[in-house]
Amino acid sequence: MADLSAVRAESLVKNFGDFRAVDGIDLHVRQGEIFGVLGPNGAGKTTMLRMLATLLPIDGGHAEIFGVDVRREPHRIRQLVGVTGQYASVDEDLTARENLWLFARLQGLTGTRAKAIAVELLERFGLQEAADRPLSQFSGGMRRRLDLASSLITRPPLIFLDEPTTGLDPRTRGQMWDTIRELVTDGSTILLTTQYLDEADQLADRVAVIDRGRKVAEDTPDALKTQVGDSTLQLSLADGSDIALAADVVRRLLGEEPVLTPESGRMNIPLPDPNRAADVLIGLREAGLGISSVSVAKPTLDEVFLALTGHGAVDEPQMEAAR
Amino acid sequence: MTTTSTMTATPLAPRRVDPAAVVARTTSRSSVQETWVQVLAMARRALKKMRRKPEQFFDVLIQPLLFTAMFAFIFGGAISGSVSDYLPVLIPGILAQTALTVCMATGVQLREDMDKGVFDRFKSLPIARIAPLAGPMIADLIRYGIASVLTLVTGLVIGYRPGGGVLGCVGGIALTVISGWSLAWIFTWLGTMARSAQSVQGISMMIMFPLTFLSNAFVPAETLPGWLEAFVKVNPVSHVVSAVRDLFNDGAVTAEVGWALVGCVVVVVIFAPLAVRSYSRKM
Repeated sequence: MADLSAVRAESLVKNFGDFRAVDGIDLHVRQGEIFGVLGPNGAGKTTMLRMLATLLPIDGGHAEIFGVDVRREPHRIRQLVGVTGQYASVDEDLTARENLWLFARLQGLTGTRAKAIAVELLERFGLQEAADRPLSQFSGGMRRRLDLASSLITRPPLIFLDEPTTGLDPRTRGQMWDTIRELVTDGSTILLTTQYLDEADQLADRVAVIDRGRKVAEDTPDALKTQVGDSTLQLSLADGSDIALAADVVRRLLGEEPVLTPESGRMNIPLPDPNRAADVLIGLREAGLGISSVSVAKPTLDEVFLALTGHGAVDEPQMEAAR
Repeated sequence: MTTTSTMTATPLAPRRVDPAAVVARTTSRSSVQETWVQVLAMARRALKKMRRKPEQFFDVLIQPLLFTAMFAFIFGGAISGSVSDYLPVLIPGILAQTALTVCMATGVQLREDMDKGVFDRFKSLPIARIAPLAGPMIADLIRYGIASVLTLVTGLVIGYRPGGGVLGCVGGIALTVISGWSLAWIFTWLGTMARSAQSVQGISMMIMFPLTFLSNAFVPAETLPGWLEAFVKVNPVSHVVSAVRDLFNDGAVTAEVGWALVGCVVVVVIFAPLAVRSYSRKM
């Protein structure tokens, strides 16, 4: 039983009328890992997660969670999986404490235990001061935290996080990432969806890239990035007429061919190793070439998509409506 | 507060989650006892919401006060010769109508509630599918109670003197509450089927008006044309109204009371499973 997979799904299919939202996805999530599902809006990420969480009927294929059949044993699955949705699924008319109490009672904890676990989770998620305030006064980040806390009451071995940081500010996003990492240290397995390559990179051990209901790639974030390409160093020269000279410096130092925009004196240089950016800058100064601006750009989700699918990461919002 | 946190420090301290052990502990459905705890937890949620949104009590408060007085003074002379002679006929009728209005609110509110994010969580939790439906209905018992008592009190104020005495009145109100709760399953089922709260409201109106007005709630059935009288006689609302009249006015537990209760059981047996099925399907 030691190598029992957390999730094993084979050719999952979901149709909404004529539209095939999930089109034969295979998924294999190992125990104790963070598995990221990356894709634009409408790619079928949420639909897939909802099928696995028994929130949507599975139209085709087969799915098991810790060896339990999702279609045949939904009640068991619900005891194994904690779900945190894209939209906070907490009760807006109750306070944070009442929400946690309710979900704890519903899952069979005694009144005293339910109160105690509410206190513990409120503290752990930094919500103790807002515990008895109405949720209407909660910020997006606080709601998300309460939502995640609600999923952890029974310490489920598998946690689904549907775009856990979409719409959060960078600081709150960082806190959420730390919390997610802690969950894994406790022994939970995490399946998360995200639109951000950066997030998948930060958190996930392995990533599946989903596009239009199909899986187009699956690998470690590092392998995906190498597949996609490198960072780019973007330079604007103080004097645009120096651009040919600057290009020579780059070729000599990096052996890479820069992409030139002579009209504006700009050049984009592929950067296999970001540390070499300094070499280029020093080289240009030694050659007496002035720079007006410089930046290093990481590959974006759009570039990953372009590389993997041949088309950009186009949002297909009409499909997201099919919740 | 301090005692709680020290008490829980040990059992809740970080420990590794062991999936195999959790899998072994899972059950394939909620037991009866678990279901009962879940229903009560959902009822408590509904009560908290009621306390926080007292405006949803308006229908419960206004209808008995307004309709009792209005109907008594407008129709009293025409139907029974005088207001005081009409009250024994009218009060049980209003009671039934009020109970149905509360039922309707049950369906509309369930529909509104189901559109909220929290229902996603209810569905993802290992709870009996009946709990989110039955919980609010238990909380609604309070509304039926308030509505019934208010109707009776309004009647007493304008001169109704029930012959059944205190016991008859208690019995009549109990029967009203039971009937309201049973009929609410029909509207709960509608709530799980309909696309929006507005459509639940619309459909419910279409059901409620014929059921109350095509009954003996406000006029004696004998005064109606034959075909209508036939419908009025099989209308379950008529049985409830007659039963409540018997209890209020004579303190008698008649066959009508029996029929009303049988009707309630039939409605619950048919519509409760329908509602649960339609709710579990709508995922």
